[in-house]
Amino acid sequence: MRTLRFLLQKEFRQIFRNPTILRMIMVLPIVQLIILPLAADYEIKNVNIAIVDHDHSTSSQKLIGEIGASRYFSITDYGSSFAQSYELFQRDKADLILEIPQNFERTLVREGHENYFLAVNAINGTKAIVGSNYLSRIVNDFNANLRLQLLKQPLSTPPQAIEAAAINWYNPLLNYRLFMVPGILVFLITMVATYMCALNIVKEKEIGTIEQINVTPVKKYHFILGKLIPFWLIGMLIFTLGLFIVARLVYGIVPVGSVLLLYAYLAIYLVAMLGFGLLISTYSNTQQQAMSLAFFFVMIFLLMSGLFTSIDSMPTWARWIALANPVTYFIEVMRMVVLKGSGFADVKLHFFAMLGFAIVFNGWAVMSYKKVSG
Amino acid sequence: MTREIVIKTEHLTKRFGDFIATNAISFEVYAGEIFGFLGANGAGKTTAMKMLCGLLTPSSGSASIAGFDIYKQSEKIKKSIGYMSQKFSLYEDLTTLENISFFGGIYGLSDAQIKSKSEKLIGQLGLQNEMKKLVGELPLGWKQKLAFSVAVLHDPKIVFLDEPTGGVDPVTRRQFWDLIYDAAARGITVFVTTHYMDEAEYCDRISMMVDGVMKELDTPQNLKSKYNTTSMDDVFFELARGAKRKAD
Repeated sequence: MRTLRFLLQKEFRQIFRNPTILRMIMVLPIVQLIILPLAADYEIKNVNIAIVDHDHSTSSQKLIGEIGASRYFSITDYGSSFAQSYELFQRDKADLILEIPQNFERTLVREGHENYFLAVNAINGTKAIVGSNYLSRIVNDFNANLRLQLLKQPLSTPPQAIEAAAINWYNPLLNYRLFMVPGILVFLITMVATYMCALNIVKEKEIGTIEQINVTPVKKYHFILGKLIPFWLIGMLIFTLGLFIVARLVYGIVPVGSVLLLYAYLAIYLVAMLGFGLLISTYSNTQQQAMSLAFFFVMIFLLMSGLFTSIDSMPTWARWIALANPVTYFIEVMRMVVLKGSGFADVKLHFFAMLGFAIVFNGWAVMSYKKVSG
Repeated sequence: MTREIVIKTEHLTKRFGDFIATNAISFEVYAGEIFGFLGANGAGKTTAMKMLCGLLTPSSGSASIAGFDIYKQSEKIKKSIGYMSQKFSLYEDLTTLENISFFGGIYGLSDAQIKSKSEKLIGQLGLQNEMKKLVGELPLGWKQKLAFSVAVLHDPKIVFLDEPTGGVDPVTRRQFWDLIYDAAARGITVFVTTHYMDEAEYCDRISMMVDGVMKELDTPQNLKSKYNTTSMDDVFFELARGAKRKAD
């Protein structure tokens, strides 16, 4: 215990003496947590639409007016021909082209139906699909109104006999920040824990002090605990700042479920991820190697964690990777506890999974960390 | 007169693949002596020293340090040795006092011992004004002296010094050797590698490594008469000339 005391004292002195590390701990996560969720918004807005109106009637003007009034569309061009608007497609200035045929109004009034032509720039698939759906909805509404007004006839049959009314549970306003902030917080914790722990140990290898430690009677587990404990506490601190300062004050997110449960999970999670950092350090001799290795895994962790994309819609092989990704579990737990108020029973399996990660990573790291080389 | 043997190796060998860094070296070092471990770059000195300190596992052969077996009792060995590597290895972002207390602490000294030893050490090195300075701000010579003093802080039986005076000016080197004599006078065996032949003259006995093999082991005086010369430089050239390995 005495040895550990000296190791911890040394570690904390070094951490608090290094302004770069302090900034990395205190400022970076907060700034990132404020900025990233603003960008990580799935809601499709600003769909650029180019309109080719061959009709120039009151009805077509009205339809264009409604499209322009929608907050989802910005009309980038009024073209005279489809070919001209197609140019905008090529230059990626338009996502949709709406072509309103000649005699649009007349046919509509006379025959009660009319076609319009919609071309979709599908390079950004999500934007294209969501954009054309929005447009169909606007046109449908327009249709219904038009028939009411122009034909002055009541709708004898409702356009849809069965209408599904959806209620959004847990996030009634479909606020993406509510969904993203807890997930991004998890990811920041992951980065800081993995990188800082790995780099710290590899730095001692680089400057040669680890060799000095290795000729002393310091035990392997003392050394490892001396490294893990400070970063474990730092991880706890960052989480607290993120949850209580940024999430609550900036985004007004108050966990529905037990904060204690979150901290309990975080405690295990940090042990697992610090173990992962330690593992990286045992396979790296320079900070550059450690950075590259950590970057490789952190990218996979990030993109395959369900943070941005739904795991359920991934192909089977990718779902297996997501299942082997510790970040996945914590993000799920965060979202479940913060948004739904899930209790321990709901996330029991997540706890077991994380315990497994903690044991595997740390066990592996301890085995491959050697005081003596080959 | 029988003298206590603190280091004893028999056919100690280290192979890295096909390369034999240290080839079956056998020697003994007596308690309290200053043992010079000489050789050109790449002759296998550092490898041999790392095996003795428990940083490398030997490929074959045996050795005992302070009466402990290097294979089975490496943790006990670590309590009885001090080590100062080629690389400077105190923490540059800790102060002089913090380094002393850290290394004292992990060697198991009590708080009272750390306090009294720190004061003594600071006084001896004249570092009163630098106690609270970060070690990184000290000149190299002072760092080296400090590193040595920290390596013998826990009064080890043996201290291993790997080129401790590299890059240090002659005056500081002289002061460094005063510290080594002091330690030897306290009964600490000093095992030192060096490239400076004047330093070799300060040793009680010296050994010469050539291509991983120990070519000579005797007092500087005897070696000079054997090679019929008055300077250690000539002895070194005579022996190192036969080396086939290129310096790295």
